[in-house]
Amino acid sequence: MDLISIVSIFVLACFVGYFVVWSVTPALHTPLMAVTNAISSVIIVGALIAAAASGNPVAKWLGLLGVVLASINIFGGFAVTSRMLAMYKKKER
Amino acid sequence: MSFPSPDATMLPGPNPGLETAAAHGQPAWVLLAYLAAGVCFILALRGLSSPATSQRGNRLGMIGMAIAMVTTLLTHYPKHAYASPPGNPFDARIDFTTLSLILAAIAIGAVIGLVTARRIQMTAMPQLVAAFHSLVGLAAVLVGAAAYLNPEAFGIATSFTPIASQTVVNIFPVSRIELGLGVAIGAITFSGSVIAFLKLNGNMSGSPILLPARHLINLATLGAILLLIAYFTQHQSPWVFFTVMALSFAIGFLLIIPIGGADMPVVVSMLNSYSGWAAAAMGFTLHNSAMIITGALVGSSGAILSYIMCRAMNRSFLSVIAGGFGATAAAASGEVIDRPYKRGSAEDAAFLMKQADKVIIVPGYGMAVAQAQHTLREMADLLKKEGVRVKYAIHPVAGRMPGHMNVLLAEANVPYDEVFELEDINSEFAQTDVAFVIGANDVTNPAAKTDKSSPIYGMPVLDVEKARTVLFIKRSMGGAGYAGVDNELFYRDNTMMLLSDAKKMVEEIVKALA
Repeated sequence: MDLISIVSIFVLACFVGYFVVWSVTPALHTPLMAVTNAISSVIIVGALIAAAASGNPVAKWLGLLGVVLASINIFGGFAVTSRMLAMYKKKER
Repeated sequence: MSFPSPDATMLPGPNPGLETAAAHGQPAWVLLAYLAAGVCFILALRGLSSPATSQRGNRLGMIGMAIAMVTTLLTHYPKHAYASPPGNPFDARIDFTTLSLILAAIAIGAVIGLVTARRIQMTAMPQLVAAFHSLVGLAAVLVGAAAYLNPEAFGIATSFTPIASQTVVNIFPVSRIELGLGVAIGAITFSGSVIAFLKLNGNMSGSPILLPARHLINLATLGAILLLIAYFTQHQSPWVFFTVMALSFAIGFLLIIPIGGADMPVVVSMLNSYSGWAAAAMGFTLHNSAMIITGALVGSSGAILSYIMCRAMNRSFLSVIAGGFGATAAAASGEVIDRPYKRGSAEDAAFLMKQADKVIIVPGYGMAVAQAQHTLREMADLLKKEGVRVKYAIHPVAGRMPGHMNVLLAEANVPYDEVFELEDINSEFAQTDVAFVIGANDVTNPAAKTDKSSPIYGMPVLDVEKARTVLFIKRSMGGAGYAGVDNELFYRDNTMMLLSDAKKMVEEIVKALA
């Protein structure tokens, strides 16, 4: 992908983010933070590439540490979000 | 330790025959897979528009993450340098040692993450979120450092070998800007979140720490970071890169220490936003659409939440970031004026609410500290049995993070259709018999509407004083709210103060009602 296409994706995604986030109900703002936390750990992609690459052992270990940190966030973030969301219940009628 | 050569731009032009191609040309299925992951993340946030669809959204988020991770593992698995023997359906070069290290790293993270998520108390959610932000920040820094040390693996450099000399690795100038920004934002997110965590967790005082000339120091540090990133495009030397990193760690720390506890909702949202921008910057480095889409989503999410919080406090974002709120006002309110107020007992409160037709409960951070949400729901259940209509009113900045009170009430099994936001319920206080304030203070202060000299003037507040009776639980009459201002409400004729620990008081009311 060239720079122009990734800038286009970025700008459009900012607009999508703007509209999607305004539609989130305020009652779910804490789960919103928890889940955005989990998905921003998609940075694990970079850590996986660094950990798998040969050539520089320091970079590799930095990558492995990055994988650990990001996966704490991924698993912890999604799990705590789903734990919170399970608590939101409607009135029993 | 080998660094990319400091000054490759000054060397003679690359020999085209020996140049390795930039590795951005990925097969179409890979690009589509990352796009699919990005779309899953959008749908995950979209699901949060209602509690009914939120669980499905969360599952889509997990699917998106699985797609992104599997795609990366399939395209970037570790391999040995030797050539694969022909005719073998599997790539015989797979480096199983490294692969198992990677899988072990994922497993370690998974165990830590899942155990934490299971054990954490709902009242500690703001700390947990701050801790998670710091991890995203640190991961971004680590990825940035790895990309700097091994740029060819990330496809962000050209290398060539001049005759009879060492290979020269030259990081693309655009990638240097992206790397510099990514590492800077990641480092700010990390150290800022660590401070926010310490303040929220009570390891560090919630009151602002004000350094002399702090604005000057901060601006100078920020300026230095930007200048160094600009210089980095000319000189890819290690000292430039690592100074940017070190200064960014410092500025994250300096930015958050002057911000007081009550402004933490804004800080947590702001750091949420930064963690997104850090991911986006790394996405630019890797030309990865999943990371760019996620970064933009998370970045705007945090920014919007910060905006909502600032609006709910009638403060500008800049004044929150400048910090120091609450420090001066608290010092000024040293002289306590003895004003008459009405004090009531749990029995009085129980009697008043039993007779009422409609009760609105206003929870605040104090409820979270006292862990009173479960007892509060018991009280509401008993009242409902008596035929009283019970609703909950939540101010956007009640608690220590956006939506904090909603989660705690949900944890206590309060149905979410009994819980209302400020603008939806404020007009109802006038037709309410009892407003029951538990652990909230500044968000109920009528001075915000009338007293132009008050530091909270102009902040939207809950109109609790319009209810026929206000029951206000407070530990003691001393000690103002977080804004450090006295609350006009305490001395009104229709206010009855219930002076006790929030949980103990509610327990006594429950006893009196039963």
